[in-house]
Parts: sequence; structure tokens; C-alpha cells
Amino acid sequence: MLSLKRHTNLACPGLVNQELQFVMKIIVCLKQVPKNDSILRINEQGTWIQDRDLTYEINESDAYGLEAALQLKEKHGGEVIALSLGPARVQSVIKEALARGADRGIHLEDAAFDKLDAFGVAAAISAAAKAEGFDLLLTGLQSDDFGFAQTGVIAAELLGLPHATIVMDVESQDGRIRVKRELENGFFQWVGMPAPAVLTIQSGINTLRYATLKGIMAAKKKEIKKLDATALGVDPAELAPKMEFRRVYLPVKNKQTQFIEGSPSEIAAKLLDKLKNEARVF
Amino acid sequence: MANGILVFIEHVDGKINRASYEAVRAAQLIGSQIGQEISAVVFGQSVGDVAAEVAAKKIKTVYTVESEWLKSYTADGYTQAFKQVIEQTQPAMVLMTHTYEVRDFAPKLAASMKRMLLGDNVGYKIEDGRVVFTRQIFQGKLAADVVPTGDAPHLASFQIGTFRGDECEAGQAAIQALSVNLDADVVRQQPEERFKEAKAAVDLSQAPLIVSVGRGIKEQKNIEIVKKLADALGAEIAASRPICDNEWLPMDRQIGSSGQTVAPKLYLAVGISGAIQHIVGMKGARTIVAINKDAEAPIFEIADYGIVGDLFEIVPALTAEAEKMKQ
Repeated sequence: MLSLKRHTNLACPGLVNQELQFVMKIIVCLKQVPKNDSILRINEQGTWIQDRDLTYEINESDAYGLEAALQLKEKHGGEVIALSLGPARVQSVIKEALARGADRGIHLEDAAFDKLDAFGVAAAISAAAKAEGFDLLLTGLQSDDFGFAQTGVIAAELLGLPHATIVMDVESQDGRIRVKRELENGFFQWVGMPAPAVLTIQSGINTLRYATLKGIMAAKKKEIKKLDATALGVDPAELAPKMEFRRVYLPVKNKQTQFIEGSPSEIAAKLLDKLKNEARVF
Repeated sequence: MANGILVFIEHVDGKINRASYEAVRAAQLIGSQIGQEISAVVFGQSVGDVAAEVAAKKIKTVYTVESEWLKSYTADGYTQAFKQVIEQTQPAMVLMTHTYEVRDFAPKLAASMKRMLLGDNVGYKIEDGRVVFTRQIFQGKLAADVVPTGDAPHLASFQIGTFRGDECEAGQAAIQALSVNLDADVVRQQPEERFKEAKAAVDLSQAPLIVSVGRGIKEQKNIEIVKKLADALGAEIAASRPICDNEWLPMDRQIGSSGQTVAPKLYLAVGISGAIQHIVGMKGARTIVAINKDAEAPIFEIADYGIVGDLFEIVPALTAEAEKMKQ
């Protein structure tokens, strides 16, 4: 397992006391994705979308990850670092996070980072996070574009750290964390684990704050550190694609819908007849 | 030489997750097309009954992996155990159903072998003897065909409802215990008891008939007409997220990615447009009926029967007709 430097150790090297207030250093990963209502056009090669003319926003569940990080900092003290990977345009996501209250930013930018899959992104993020040191690394549970839902989990494995996914709530106590996970069919479960850890955050778990004017002004003085593949020292083999997109296309409709017409009472009679005699649901 | 398809079987305290049979069915279909035999694996502390149940399907071998560290699911425990099973059995492909549990550990398992899970697929095709997986991108607005780049084993999962678990071919599998090395250091997560928040939580996953209501109902008082229809049909009532967010129906009636996943005989969607987050929770229904005033609503893309019209006229008419049918 990798040994990560705990920032508490860095701050006061002789004072590693788990009984003390557990001040948290949190790195939150923010992905910039095309806006939810974007009209998507497939490129000429049929391999991805045309990315010109798109407008972007923070990936939805990542925004909840940021809010969770800010609330943890307010409760326990510490530091929130907003990290984003991508071309120059992703700086707007980092700046938005700084305006909402993150303390500083890290921007991972390199031509080698274009078109990475979740493994490649996780490799770059984990290299940056390892160099920085942290108690919690947060991601959203899934991106709205690729929808892999894997980046945080892969990063945990590459860092040799425990993780939990679909997290609804985070408690911290004596250097350990306890998280509430959403399970299927309305079940939940609390899971404890040592920090540092990696968590993927569910959408809708808190109320997002807006940036205030004061926050926007303060953000201008906050540092955004830019790192490329060389600075991160990432192994090019880890950036190599583990999967390949053969083609991108509009979903094929595979059901033939029978439309039922007539007056409401005619429709009702026809539908129930079909459900009984054709679909045999009764 | 990697060979065969290994299927992951999920259970909670010996109660099998029915969705695992969908992965068995996927493996049976893919296996017959590419000439691969199927095996399955169950992890836990005492999983003989689960293995025996799965062994009644057309599978060559059901492997059981038992350890005190696998008593409750943890991502660490399952990953370590699964990795050792893959090393011992050398499958060409590992197939899973994309449940929350699989989402939690499968990306880690794949990464521990320097691979990436091909996750959440909604279909597959065979091209030049290779399995090509189809997945949704941009929340279902587009589809993509994807293939793994490296050597076997390849790990993939299918979205719930992609295959029908009840269509598994029957058979008689051998059951074989595998041993793995796990210890306390490996498992860092400490899971507590699973619980439900709502007191009178309902399990809609077992309901044969569901009438579900969405934003088209407009006002809380109008929910009553949909309840009457559900009663007349002997169906459970359910809803899309906006209805539950407004507390017009309790949260435990919510269908979709943040609610329950259901596969009833009949799913009657009233005033539901069919956002992808809703559709993933109900597309496994055998028969889907949609009533919506907007003919372009995405719900019609997956509906067997469509009614374009005013739900406030059609729902009462249906209720009256259903009452007549009962008599």
C-alpha cells in the first residue's frame, strides 16, 4: 500500500494525535460536461460528438461533492482543493468552486489527457492527489457525459485506499470516517473506514450554495496550480486506453408501440382487451 | 489460456438478488454465440443454498468462495476474493448485472488487474467473433459501441432489465468450493446493518401490476384519480421523482435510478415523460402502457401500448372499464 503523507503530520510533525480534532484536507474532483439541455451532434467519423458550439457546466453529482466538502470544512475545519482535468476551459469550473468557497485549485492539463477513459483520468487524478496528500478525495458518483461511474473507485485502487460509492452523508471521528451509502430498493447502510479514503457522492444529498459576490472577489486571489503529465510523473501506460469507442449513434428504438385511438371510453375498452387477451397481464 | 464466461452472483444473507439471473441469461446467450462455457461464482460465509439454487440453471460449474471476511459485502473483501478466483479459473470474460454492489467493487477489481470495467451496457453484438458492448452516453441521449483494448479477462456489466432472468435455460451445474487467502488487513470497510428510512417501506419490486404517476398530474389533489385506477386494477401505485420530491406520494413509491427498480407484468405510466433516470427503473416491465399528451415524449419509445391524450379524460374511463371487468 502507498503511504500518503497526512497533512496533519506536515503541519505539526511531532503531533500525530488521533484524539485531536480531525481537521480535514479534502480534494474534490470536478468534471466539466456539456450542459444538460445541450443539443448533441455526432461528429463526421461517428466516434464522438461535435464539441464546438457547446456550453459547459459542472457535472451534477460533482457539484454535490463540492458542497459536501465545503460543509465538512465548515464543521471540522481544514481545506478544500478543487481539482479538474481538461483543456483551458475547465478553469471556469475551478473558478466557480473557488467562488463557492474552495481554498485553492489544481488544473490538470496536457495534450496527453485528451480523450482519456476513466482509468486514464483516475491515473492522472491519483498522481496529483498523492503528491498533494489528503484525508478525503471526493468525486461525483457518475458523469453526465460518459457515465462510467468508475473514476473515483479506480483512483482508490491506484492509491491503495479504501473507498465507498453512492455516498449520502459523511461523518468523521478520531481519524476514521463513517459514510451513509445508498443501496437498492430503499435500503441504506453506514460503513466505517480509515482515512484517507475516496468517496463518490450521490446527487441531491445537500443544498447547493451559490457563489456570492464576496466569494467571486475572493476567488480572484486564490491559487490555481497547473500540472501536466510530466509534472505529475504519470506512467504513460496508465493513460493508454483500456477501452475503445467503435461508434457513437442515436439509440435504436427496439419496441413497436401500438397507439390506441378513439374516445376515452373506446380507448379504455380497447386497452383493457389488449392487456387481457394480447399481452395477457390479467 | 483464458476460457469461459464467469458470472457474478449477488446475494444478501443468502437471499439471491434476482438481477443476477439476468447476467446468467446474458452469459448463456453470448456463450452459445462465441462457443464459451459458463461458470458462476458466489461469495459469502455460508452460501451452499445460493449455489444450489443457481446450479439449477444451465451452467457448467458454480464456484463457492467462503470466508468469515466475506460474511457481509465489502468492496475490499469481494475484490480480493474475486481477483483470486479469476487467477484460479482463468475466464475469458466476467459478466455481471450492473447493480449498486457491482458499481461499488467491479471498477476496483478491473483496475487491480490494470483493466477497465465495460460497465452498464444495454446490449451487445458479435462483430468478427468479438463481443461488442453497447452502452448509453449522455444519459441515454446517445448510444456507443465499445470494446476492451487489452487481453482477457474482460469484465463487463449489463444494466438491470437488459436481459430477462426468468428466461435462463435450466440445467444441472457442478458445485465446487474454491479457497482464497483473505485476512483482516485486506478488508478496511466496516459495514453496519442495512436499514430503510421510511417506516412502512413497500417493496414494489415484487408487485405484478404497477400504475405510476408523473408530473402530468399537475396537482396533488389529482393523484386521487390515479389511485382509483390502481385500486380498480388491483395494482400498486408508484411515481416518478418530481411527485415524491413534492411529497405528493411517499419516497418509497419512487421508481427510477434514485428509487426502486421494478419489472412487473404491467407498468402503466400516467403523465410520465420518461426521463432516462425514470426509465432505468421500469424498462424491465413486461408490458408498458404510456398515457401522455405529448406524442414526442420519450416514454413512447419503450411503450408497448401508447395513448396520446388527456389523462384527465382517459384515466377515469379506464377506471370505469376496469370496474366493469372485475364484475
